Amino acid sequence: MGDIALRVEDLSKQYRIGSSREAYKTLRDTFTDVVVSSFRRAGKLLHGRSGRAPELGETFWALKDVSFEIKRGEVVGIIGYNGAGKSTLLKILSRITEPTEGYADIYGRVGSLLEVGTGFHPELTGRENLYLNGAILGMKRVEITRKFDEIVAFAEIERFIDTPVKHYSSGMYMRLAFAVAAHLEPEILLVDEVLAVGDARFQKKCLNKMQDVGQQGRTVLFVSHNMQAITRLCQRAILLDGGTAVQDGPSHQVVSSYLTSGIRTTGYREWPDSPKAPGGEVARLRSVRTCTENGQITDVVDIRCPLFIEMEYDVLRSGYILLPYYDIYNGEGLSIFSTLDVDPEWRQRPRPKGRWISIVEIPGNLLAEGTHVLAPGLSTLNPPVRQFQENEALAFHVVDSLEGNSARGDWAGKVDGVIRPLLKWRTEFSSDLSGSTIRAGKATVYRE
Amino acid sequence: MQTQGCTGPRHVMAAPVPMPAARLPVLRIAPSKGWVALKLRELWEYRELLYFLVWRDVKVRYKQTALGAAWAIIQPFFTMVVFSLFFGQLAKIPSDGVPYPIFSYAALVPWMFFAHGMSQATSKLVGSADLVKKVYFPRLAIPIAAVLSGIVDFALAFLVLLGMMLYYSVIPTFNALWLPLLLLLAFTTSLGVGLWLSAMNVQYHDVQYTVPFLTQFWLFATPIAYPSSLLPEPWHTLYGLNPMVGVVEGFRWALLGTDTAPGPVIAFSACIALALLISGGFYFRRMEKTFADVV
Repeated sequence: MGDIALRVEDLSKQYRIGSSREAYKTLRDTFTDVVVSSFRRAGKLLHGRSGRAPELGETFWALKDVSFEIKRGEVVGIIGYNGAGKSTLLKILSRITEPTEGYADIYGRVGSLLEVGTGFHPELTGRENLYLNGAILGMKRVEITRKFDEIVAFAEIERFIDTPVKHYSSGMYMRLAFAVAAHLEPEILLVDEVLAVGDARFQKKCLNKMQDVGQQGRTVLFVSHNMQAITRLCQRAILLDGGTAVQDGPSHQVVSSYLTSGIRTTGYREWPDSPKAPGGEVARLRSVRTCTENGQITDVVDIRCPLFIEMEYDVLRSGYILLPYYDIYNGEGLSIFSTLDVDPEWRQRPRPKGRWISIVEIPGNLLAEGTHVLAPGLSTLNPPVRQFQENEALAFHVVDSLEGNSARGDWAGKVDGVIRPLLKWRTEFSSDLSGSTIRAGKATVYRE
Repeated sequence: MQTQGCTGPRHVMAAPVPMPAARLPVLRIAPSKGWVALKLRELWEYRELLYFLVWRDVKVRYKQTALGAAWAIIQPFFTMVVFSLFFGQLAKIPSDGVPYPIFSYAALVPWMFFAHGMSQATSKLVGSADLVKKVYFPRLAIPIAAVLSGIVDFALAFLVLLGMMLYYSVIPTFNALWLPLLLLLAFTTSLGVGLWLSAMNVQYHDVQYTVPFLTQFWLFATPIAYPSSLLPEPWHTLYGLNPMVGVVEGFRWALLGTDTAPGPVIAFSACIALALLISGGFYFRRMEKTFADVV
């Protein structure tokens, strides 16, 4: 403990907007810049303005005063919206670009993986690219030779290893690329959003591989938009926003607050302006709300009580059979369930124009404690076309108080799981320890 | 679990935890100012990557072209044929007492190595943008690999030169032992110019387009189609300011036994080439920190 792998101190990176937007300058551009900016300066002098107008060479901070420490063996997730500075941070730590201020101390061999397949050349064979890519990522030739078979087996491309990669399918290409990267063995690994490769099965394999890496006691810094991957792989997460670190803590907490940060916390949302409301020519969503049994709008619900979710929508074209539904996610972005309208009243019948309301009752003792995010949607049945779906329309919190009659019973600690149903239990005395018969046909279940 | 300070920038500073064994950081990443060290030792540690980059260049070049390795010979050979026709036959330019074809070809072989290296080094850095933006390695490896990859072409063209020497019954002298050093001089010049141009090319892509221009101009400023003995003495030594003069004259002297003893010219050329290389190296390193952001 106390063994530090990485220390980042007031790390900042400033970009000139001009140079980051434009890929490169030609000499002519520079001449024009010089001419234009001197005219501007002259103009400013003449008019005596201090000028709020954007100047050429205006700068912004992609990263500002970020500080943190990472201990040896920690697996830390970096999350945040696009442009929050995640990639800049990794680029600085992997020495691709220099910080403008501050510093970072690194204790150990760093391997960074900002992209899979860097340096792959389509004309070269799988084997050749494997060596080349390995060398680019910092592996020694003997090391690559030693792991060669393992890498090829992981990528599942044994038969095609001597085929030029330009003939590979994109899946094969990505598998090979990731396989090389996955066999890097640095003490500190920096990974940027590279798990989004291949099909679902291969992604799972990659996630498992990453998990192994974490369990081998290596330090990993992991940027991803996949919140499930973050909570699964990392104990700790750092949330970046606008170039600064705004939260640092256990990953499920940070992920949860990240996911809910951009969402209204009220239990009610409406779209008063019809043309701008979600939907199209057939139907438009007008409002959504979460209510208690008494019809009170709320965004906090007791785990034991039912919750009523209501959506109001306008049907603008009659004659369709409509199918309202809700998708419910937890705070970590995991889909909990979808529920579709099964009310027999309008189930098989084309509906006339007008304002409609669809209500679903979510029973108590079903959802787990924590934040939940709601996506109301509506489809026509024939043709099966989605008319609207408003992701992250609302968020509400489920609270589990310690009164003893919820699924947590008298346990005050953490309870796992994405749902928390209250199930029937039976515990009975079977026999004392001297006697040895257990009554046949009855299983005894113990609670942990 | 301790959540280390991210709520405020000063948080970590406030609590310096005494570590059991205070280890020194293996690496400190901090802003650099002005001129920076060349870090040649690190470059040496990355020699395997250098090898792979050269290997890739060579392999790809020969795989992508229909004629493959033949290009290495066609280019200097046909240039020699054209030169022999126009300068040798028609303009009757003297050739220091050796047959004109071999006189010009012996110069074209190192020249092609130089020119190819220079243009490759210039464009390769921008061409490797995906690499520069995604992986760290000493950036110097890119232009170095670009110049080095010309060695294979050079070797092939050199074989043809040996064949021509056989054909014209030119017997090399012991001076041929100097050839590796002369090749090194060509390499140094090529890389020196390449470093300057490639670093500038990142900022201004115009540079890339001036290279063919520069090459052509430089070709005629070097005694390839004509002997340097055409120049009177004070100018002849000053001619060595162009390092390729030393290389070309040296090649002829070592292989064909022309009496253009390279002495002072070579010394001049070597100094200039070395100056180009060192200044180019430092300029490149100075500009290096902007590469990933600009390229």
